[in-house]
Amino acid sequence: MSRLSAFARFWWEFVVGDDWLAAAAVGLAIALTALLAHAKLTAWWLLPPAVVVILYASLRRATRS
Amino acid sequence: MSAVFLVASTFLASAVEMVEALTIVLAAGLARGWRSSLTGVAAATLTLAVIVSALGPALTVVPLNTLRLVVGSLLLVFGLQWLRKAILRASGFKALHDEDAIFARELDQARSATRPDERKLDWYGFTLAFKGVLLEGLEVAFIVLTFGSTQGSIWLAAAGAAAALVLVAGVGIAVRAPLARVPENTMKFAVGVMLTSFGIFWATEGAGAQWPGDDASLVGVLAFVVASSALLVAQLRRQLVGSPAAGAEA
Repeated sequence: MSRLSAFARFWWEFVVGDDWLAAAAVGLAIALTALLAHAKLTAWWLLPPAVVVILYASLRRATRS
Repeated sequence: MSAVFLVASTFLASAVEMVEALTIVLAAGLARGWRSSLTGVAAATLTLAVIVSALGPALTVVPLNTLRLVVGSLLLVFGLQWLRKAILRASGFKALHDEDAIFARELDQARSATRPDERKLDWYGFTLAFKGVLLEGLEVAFIVLTFGSTQGSIWLAAAGAAAALVLVAGVGIAVRAPLARVPENTMKFAVGVMLTSFGIFWATEGAGAQWPGDDASLVGVLAFVVASSALLVAQLRRQLVGSPAAGAEA
């Protein structure tokens, strides 16, 4: 069990890192893009500014901690 | 156009990781002997080859849009980690990556560990080299597999990584010292920008949206990420003036 949790923790830290909020926000932004696309609305514009906002928020958390 | 970005991205990302792996292998080799450290390198390389050869063909049977959604999302989250650290370094909030300092620390630790019988394999040296190459190599394997499978050309992505391996290993053998002159922090910034740009591009396509101009819009995404990152660096540098938080994440 401890090996399994260590394995899971390794992959979590490898991909997500120390800011899970940023990863969750990326998931939300992609879900919103998919919703727009499935509603036949133009959706390509959403992710680039969303990523910059997520990055900005992540940097603020890092510099204030 | 995408093929050029593909090779450039895998080359840069691989070179950065290989420079870090080389530092660890050199420290292990010089402090504990070359036999054990090179055995560790060989074992890690074999493990990585098994991972890539097992996962590579498996990824080619996944439908392209699903693959782009999953890979794009993973790359975006992964790339943002790189970009965040690169921006913190460039703005002065985090210490620059220093291969000389890392080499000195690793060498010191390796020399202070107990030495075994000279006829036997030194497990400290083996493990140090194995872990260094495997952990840095996993990032390379991740990038090669995700970039290659999404672009439908794992071999092209692998060629970028192989070119980096030849270059870094060649220079490493020639100088037998950590490659401190490599502009590693700038390269890491470039890799962060590329991972994030490809992540945005593929995740958007995988989510079902259509880019105007198809593949050509990747250049626009890249320019947008570069410009935004530069603005964030400038803003953080201004914030750092007079701030006691400097070096907080070093």
